[in-house]
Amino acid sequence: MSVTTDHPHTDPHRTAPPSALRVGLARTVVELKLFFREKGAVVFSFLLPIALLGIFAMVFSNGELYEEAASVDFVQYITPGLLAGGIMLVSFQTLAIGIAMERDDGTLKRLRGTPMPPLAYFLGKIGMVLVAALAQAALLLAAAALFFGVDLPTGPERWLTFAWVFALGTTAGTTLGIGYSSVPKSAKSAEAMVVGPLLVLLFLSGVFLVFTELPEWVQTIASIFPVKWMAQGMRSAFLPDEFEPMEAAGSWQHGPIALILVAWIVAGLILAVQTFHWQRRDA
Amino acid sequence: MNTTAAVDVRGLRKSYDGTTAVGGIDLEIAHGEVFALLGPNGAGKTTTVEILEGYRKRDSGEVHVLGIDPGDADLRWRARIGIVLQNTGGHDDLSVEEVIRHFALYYPDARDPDEVIAAVGLDGKRDTRVRQLSGGQRRRLDVALGILGRPELLFLDEPTTGFDPEARREFWTLISALSDGGTTILLTTHYLDEAERLADRVGVIAAGDIVALDSPARLGGRERDLATVRWLHDGNPQERTTAEPTRLVTELAAEFDGEIPGLAIDRPTLEDTYLRLIGENT
Repeated sequence: MSVTTDHPHTDPHRTAPPSALRVGLARTVVELKLFFREKGAVVFSFLLPIALLGIFAMVFSNGELYEEAASVDFVQYITPGLLAGGIMLVSFQTLAIGIAMERDDGTLKRLRGTPMPPLAYFLGKIGMVLVAALAQAALLLAAAALFFGVDLPTGPERWLTFAWVFALGTTAGTTLGIGYSSVPKSAKSAEAMVVGPLLVLLFLSGVFLVFTELPEWVQTIASIFPVKWMAQGMRSAFLPDEFEPMEAAGSWQHGPIALILVAWIVAGLILAVQTFHWQRRDA
Repeated sequence: MNTTAAVDVRGLRKSYDGTTAVGGIDLEIAHGEVFALLGPNGAGKTTTVEILEGYRKRDSGEVHVLGIDPGDADLRWRARIGIVLQNTGGHDDLSVEEVIRHFALYYPDARDPDEVIAAVGLDGKRDTRVRQLSGGQRRRLDVALGILGRPELLFLDEPTTGFDPEARREFWTLISALSDGGTTILLTTHYLDEAERLADRVGVIAAGDIVALDSPARLGGRERDLATVRWLHDGNPQERTTAEPTRLVTELAAEFDGEIPGLAIDRPTLEDTYLRLIGENT
């Protein structure tokens, strides 16, 4: 082992560390590499909605759900729900488990000991979620349209709906995932404490089945959480107007969707800011 | 610029839930010095070092590291220090080279990543994923990340744990080179030979207090300790403990008229002195 004898700096006016934005971009690249090199993450959060779509398409017949909206079969109905579920898997689940593990194994502590701007760490997570969620949505929609005969939204208005529901949903899943990462006390318990509750929530929110077929009290509980609203918002982008009366409220409820998702983003942000720590509590 | 100490600690105290971890430590480390902090687990070593690194808050006392209070230090300050922690992991699915190149971006004036990879002896492992490294190789990576930003002050917390003897000696050479380049180094270790080899001064911490502070050769009055002289008389081992080993050897030389069979003179090792100090203070 040897190093050239270069003199350490003693000039207090040396150049400032690189900007949070630049480091954030570099972190995004690193986070994406880490995400896609982890086979478990790729299979159980990135590819899961696409696999489920394939299973649903094979298992369930293509019969109509409602006479009034004859063009909507189960696969057409479930595709927007799986989009919403996929967003939660890639954002909430990936971050809640990933950050809990990084806290447990000392990654966060090490990063905190460098001049990396703390903001850059979060920019990296956000960038990773954004790229992965977009790629997942693109794959899911491509598979749905090419193999399972799902009709994609037509017209800019519906794509705009998709865009804002996607943006708000991803943001909510991200802030809530960062906040929730403080709940598991160790890396060992992280997966169980994240995957279990999320899976239940996805079921209750109508991601895997027709929401209005759930008992009313379940619908009421699900309406507290963001996923139900994300799925409903996605349906409003993907299903024809004649389906709108079939929704629980008889309407797409764009106003309430936006409001509730923003409320969850704020709640997640407060939770994240209040609970985020760079070291294990017991260390 | 180097008028003040690199590390300046006065009356540092820290307790957890009423239990004192650090009970009023004073410590000064000069620029360019290699300082080893020794002490048993739970003595307050890690608490002290982590306060200096800015990881923990103190209860009272004054602390200046590179002239700045680590309690409210900014990223510029972090760019001037390097930290090698115990038990850090992460970025397991990146290669050695990817990790080092990435961390280099954090620093305003990082060392050349290739040079650092070579310096810690990971040249043959640059494309290996971190998760596939052995314990000792991971430790080399930790060290690489610690020195990457050309730190003025380098914290090394038990840096050679898991090293084989050869790797440890290579590591010592690296640290000596860094020290020759002017880097101040604060080292904690359980290996007394490591402290003796590397450190200009050694501090022994026991039950939250520094109980001895000196150069390795003089720690705890080592240089004045009694020597043990051993030799053979008619094939039987003889042993005498004395403050004047030279006089005894001269007498024996006269008695044997030349070579003294089986002659050996021992002084307490740094480890003996350390264990005595710990024993007296716990």
